Amino acid sequence: MSTKLIYFAWVRERIGKPEEDVELPSGIETVADLLRWLKSRGEEYENALQYPDVIRVAINQEHVGHREKIAGAREIALFPPMTGG
Amino acid sequence: MAGAVVPAIRIQREDFDVAAEIAGLTKGRADIGAVVTFSGLCRDEQGTLSALELEHYPGMAEAEIGRIAAQAVERWPLQGLTVIHRHGKIRPGENIVLVVAASSHRQAAFEVANFLMDYLKSRAPFWKKEHLADGSEGGWVEAKEADDHAADRWKKPGE
Repeated sequence: MSTKLIYFAWVRERIGKPEEDVELPSGIETVADLLRWLKSRGEEYENALQYPDVIRVAINQEHVGHREKIAGAREIALFPPMTGG
Repeated sequence: MAGAVVPAIRIQREDFDVAAEIAGLTKGRADIGAVVTFSGLCRDEQGTLSALELEHYPGMAEAEIGRIAAQAVERWPLQGLTVIHRHGKIRPGENIVLVVAASSHRQAAFEVANFLMDYLKSRAPFWKKEHLADGSEGGWVEAKEADDHAADRWKKPGE
């Protein structure tokens, strides 16, 4: 099953695309696992995810922490801390 | 309690009219004693900014502001609540965000406007990028830790 990843702001700019569908390898269970795996996919990902602690994540359009399980996620968004308002 | 209040949430590119939004909440009603509005504007302190570009997460922006507004409705006795957040390019002096809170007495309306803005700043999926007057890109606005602390002060014991 493929998962849709969406990127915003400087995460999007550094990765170089707004979204992509990925097949997650087995063993990727949590958000932290996902960030670690993505970071290993190439220089642009390494640049975007250099400091994983600052990356905010939403699963199916709701904020989650990095220890959250990603099983069943249709849409996972990665973005910097928000600056609206 | 005010269970019947359904907050109006709008995410839009267009500007809004503050007076019209207040009228939209109060027209034809005699039970509202207080309306508090907060407007957030695009600011240029140095005279170097051409515009802010607001990127947002369509779908989640509405959903997240809806979740924050639902908390406000549950926590305070409100008679009406409208939240509008713009996206796209916004020039200095233009509106970015509006909260209109209506209640019987002023305290609830004041507190809700404050609560909404504190949460919106740290949880609503919007990001500001600066465009400078000299034509260059000024980069992404950095989140302020103070905004996270501002939201924390509304937490109830044990949260």
